[in-house]
Amino acid sequence: MSLVRVDHVSFGYTANRRILDDVSLEIAQGDTIGLVGESGSGKTTLLRLLLGLARPDSGTITFDGRPLDPRNGAFMRDFRRQAQVVYQDPYSSLDPRQTIQSIIAEPLRSLKIPGDHQKQVGDALEAVGLDRDVGTRFPHQFSGGQRQRIAIARAIVPGPRLLLADEAVSALDLTTRIRIVDLLAGLSKTMSLLFVSHDIGVVAALCRRIVILEKGRIVEAGDTAAVLANPQHPYTQRLLASVPRLTLNEVSS
Amino acid sequence: MSTATMTAPTEKKSHSLALKAGLLLVGIHIFMGLLTLVWLPYDPTAMAGGRLEGPSLLHLLGTDRLGRDLFTQMMIGSRIALIVGIGAVAIGAVIGVTLGLLAAFASKWLDDALAATLDILIAFPTLLIAMLVVAASDTANLWSAIIALGIALSAIVARLTRILAKRVLVMDYITAARTSGSSWPKIVAIHILPNIWPTLSVNFALQFGLAVIAEASLSYLGLGAPPPNASWGRILQEAQGTVYTAPLGAIAPGIALVSLAIGVNLLADGLRDTIDPTRRAR
Repeated sequence: MSLVRVDHVSFGYTANRRILDDVSLEIAQGDTIGLVGESGSGKTTLLRLLLGLARPDSGTITFDGRPLDPRNGAFMRDFRRQAQVVYQDPYSSLDPRQTIQSIIAEPLRSLKIPGDHQKQVGDALEAVGLDRDVGTRFPHQFSGGQRQRIAIARAIVPGPRLLLADEAVSALDLTTRIRIVDLLAGLSKTMSLLFVSHDIGVVAALCRRIVILEKGRIVEAGDTAAVLANPQHPYTQRLLASVPRLTLNEVSS
Repeated sequence: MSTATMTAPTEKKSHSLALKAGLLLVGIHIFMGLLTLVWLPYDPTAMAGGRLEGPSLLHLLGTDRLGRDLFTQMMIGSRIALIVGIGAVAIGAVIGVTLGLLAAFASKWLDDALAATLDILIAFPTLLIAMLVVAASDTANLWSAIIALGIALSAIVARLTRILAKRVLVMDYITAARTSGSSWPKIVAIHILPNIWPTLSVNFALQFGLAVIAEASLSYLGLGAPPPNASWGRILQEAQGTVYTAPLGAIAPGIALVSLAIGVNLLADGLRDTIDPTRRAR
């Protein structure tokens, strides 16, 4: 059953320039999808539409069979609980003046989710591999990787069915990146994951399906393994060819 | 890392030194101002001694040209300066922060219109706007001066708030707050105000000094608190003719003005550094 359905969606910030052009996409329950494209291809814009932060000029987006309408307050509250997001830059996605406890508990407070918030925050911290007792500290006391774990804890604390990750590992160094990808892979067993990235390597490691976006259009989509083994569209072929490789020769010279 | 750990204690020490010095300077003026409510050495309007007497045990700062005790007037001046500073900054902050936030959230043309209006207002000196407002009100009294200064300061606060809020609005944690389901009023209260507050508070301290000096200027020009309110500006003005024979009448209010302005700035800096979590050590 499809959780999210994007149907012939077009969008532009100004009337004469389209950022997204006739995009259709389906995220099934439990699916992991990699959305790949270069900077400016419309990945982040599509994410904004999926989050209800902007409305498409034409076409429809449905979540769990219901139309995604930012003006429908009751629907949005339920939707926010079920769809959460992890941002690219862990240095700007955490309010520097809030404690970790307060940051992670924000969705619980704002969405009026009942229960012991302190315990729920502690559980979320443990789920992302941090100590339960770091809640009293501030973001600047953590490293980039730890901050991204905190951001992931905030996203999973309301128990979403869909996790959207916007370049969530690109700002991290290589070893941290691998650990966060592992963490996301673990989480994707219990929720659907849309992983937006310009890094095909990470998508190949994490996502079952892949969608390639070029200049606001979907040029290729399918099983990650199949698409990467036999890319049909010239843009996909170029993207694959541009993945940096280290050969023994280059290293030794 | 080693340099950071080595410099940290010195830095912390200078913070607490600024805080202590600020507390001391402002504390003296607050003490004097509060004391005037219950006790004064002399009647500020009555002759307490001979004219233009020098400092003595009876008159710590001497007397003015009418024989009134200068120290008594300086004490009342502290009270007036504090009322003016706090009142004007409070009015400027409420109007300015509200307008600045409105501009930051407004549509493009409304924002442009507000920004242009603020720039025009700021182009006029604070004192000139204050004089206009005082001239437009029927009677010149302390409150008209405070309101006038508050309005004049609000333009500067509004412009600063607008820029600071816009800078915070593009941060991912604001989008994260929205996708966490927080409403805009909540986002303003929880995320925007706390993050622009450190810069605003330093600005408020600067403006406190500006307001006190501007009130002294208004009083000096006869547009401030009317007699018998002994504002520092009026003491300065009255000492003008006798500055060579009795210089204390000009020096004392000058030192008082500067010490209060510096004190408030040190206090605001020290408080910001103590409260701000991002300035605390790891």
